Amino acid sequence: MAFRDGPLQDLKVPLAWTAVGATILAIVAAVVLLLAGRRDPAGTGGFPQARGAFSMVAKPVDAVLAAPVRWTRDGVDYVEGYFFAVSENRRLKHQIRDLESWRDAAVALKNVNDRYEALLKLKTEPPIPMVTGRAVTDTRGPFSNARLLDVGVEGGIKVGDPAMSEHGVVGRVVGVAKGVSRMLLLTDVDSRTPVLIDRTNDRAILTGDGSAFPRLDYLRGQDTLKAGDMILTSGDGGVFPRGLPVGEAVKDLRGVWRVRLYSDRSPIDFVRVLLFQDFSQKVGPDTFNESAPPALTPSEAADRTAALQRAAAAAKPAPHPLAPVPAPTPSAPGATTPAAPTTATAHPPAGADPDPQP
Amino acid sequence: MNRGQSQALQSHAWLGWPLVMCVAATLLLGVPFRIYGLRLPEPVFPMVLAFAWPVIRPSLLAPFGLLAAGLFLDLFWSAPLGLWGLCLLLAYAGALISRSLMTGRSAPVLAVWYLALTGIAFLAAYLFVMLRAHVVPNLTGALFQLGATLALFPFAHRLIDRFEDADIRFR
Repeated sequence: MAFRDGPLQDLKVPLAWTAVGATILAIVAAVVLLLAGRRDPAGTGGFPQARGAFSMVAKPVDAVLAAPVRWTRDGVDYVEGYFFAVSENRRLKHQIRDLESWRDAAVALKNVNDRYEALLKLKTEPPIPMVTGRAVTDTRGPFSNARLLDVGVEGGIKVGDPAMSEHGVVGRVVGVAKGVSRMLLLTDVDSRTPVLIDRTNDRAILTGDGSAFPRLDYLRGQDTLKAGDMILTSGDGGVFPRGLPVGEAVKDLRGVWRVRLYSDRSPIDFVRVLLFQDFSQKVGPDTFNESAPPALTPSEAADRTAALQRAAAAAKPAPHPLAPVPAPTPSAPGATTPAAPTTATAHPPAGADPDPQP
Repeated sequence: MNRGQSQALQSHAWLGWPLVMCVAATLLLGVPFRIYGLRLPEPVFPMVLAFAWPVIRPSLLAPFGLLAAGLFLDLFWSAPLGLWGLCLLLAYAGALISRSLMTGRSAPVLAVWYLALTGIAFLAAYLFVMLRAHVVPNLTGALFQLGATLALFPFAHRLIDRFEDADIRFR
C-alpha cells in the first residue's frame, strides 16, 4: 500500500519548516563527522577505510579521464623534442661539461667517505627499495593538496612512505588501498616535514600552507639562511630518510623564509615511492634486550681492551710514591678489563636493560 | 494538495541530474593537467546547488543531497570529512532563510546574494582549516578558488530560471 493511500494521506506537513529541520539535521551530521575525524592521530582527516574504498572506486574513473591529458602531453613533448633538438643538444652538452667536474669530485669524496666509514665502523643506511606510480588526480586548492597514485598495497606501500619526483621530494603517503594510494603533498596545510639547511646543518620544519612555496618554521638563530640555500630532509622523526633534496630557500615579500620546491620544476605525473623504514621501525626497543650482545672477534676484543686501558691510564692520577700497588688481575680474551670499571659498567650501552631479568 | 502541481517538479530533474553533473565536473577538473606552469581551476561546483535549490523551493532531500556532495568533495580532495558538507549547508541555510528576498529577483541581485553566500561558505572553510591545522592557509589560493566558484553563477541562474516556476506553491 502506498503512503498516499494510507491513513496518513491527509497529513500535511509544512514543507518549509520540515526543510529547515532537515537542514539542521544535515548540519549536525556534518559537524559530527568533522569532530570524529579530528580524533585521528595521523592527522589525515580520519576514516581511512572509507577513504580507501572511495579511492579504489575513483581510481579507474580518474585514470580514464587523465588518459587524454597524458596523450596530449606526450604528443606535445614529441613535437617539442623534434623542433628543439638542436638547442636541447647544445644545452645537454654544456650540462655534461659541468657535471663531469662534479663527477670527479663525487668519486674522490666517495672514496674518502667510504674509508672514514670503514675506519669508524659507521652503520650506514641500506639502499631503499622504490616503487614507481603515476598520479591520476590532482587536488590543488588552498585547503588540500594531494594526489591519487595508481600503486597501492600490492606494491608494498605503507602509510608514511615518502614520495619523490625526478627532481626532489614531493610528499608522503597518507592512505593505501588495493591498487591505489593517496599522497599528501609538501604544500598541503597538514604537511610538516623536518628539514635541514645544507650549508649550516641547521634544522627547521617545512610547513605547507596551500601555496606553491611552503614555509620554513622553527628556524633557530639569526642569519641562519641565505637565499638559494639548499634544503634537504633531515631524517628527524624517522618519516623521511636524511638528505633527500627538497628545494631552495627564498624570502617572500613579508620577509618570511619559504622553499621553492625542486619537484615544482615539472608536472608531478610519475613519482617514486620510497619503501623506507627508519631504524627504529625496523628494530623495536625490545630487540635490544632479547639476547646477549654478539661475541667480539679476537681483533675487536684486543682493540677494545687496548682502548679501555688507554682511557683508564689517561683518567688515572699519578701514583703516590707510598701508595700500595694492586696485584695484577688475569683477564680472559674478549672480556672487559677490570682496570677501568667505571667505563665498563657505569655507562651501559643505549637500550640495555639496567636491571635484566633472569 | 494538488497532485498535478507537485508532479510538475520531478526530484531527479532538479536535484538528481544537477548533482550528478557537479560530481562529473569535479572529476573532470581533477585531472593532473598543467601547461606552462598553469593548472586547471578547481571551483566548488556544488555551490551552484547550495544557492539554486533553496531559491527554487524548500526540500527535504536537498540538504542531504548537499551533504552527500560535500562528502564526495572531502573524499576526492582529501579534506577533513564533513568540511565541505558543512560549508555547503551553511550557504544553503542562508539561502533558505532569505529565499523570500531572492525569489523573482533579477540576475544582478541574485549574483550579489550568490557572492555573499559563497563568501560565507569559503570563510567557514578557511576558519575551520586554520583552526584544525594551526596554519593560515594561503589567502591568494583561497581567493582564486573563490573567484572560480563565483564564475559559476550563470549555471546557478540557469538552474533557477528553469525550475523556479515549476512548483507554483513556492512562487
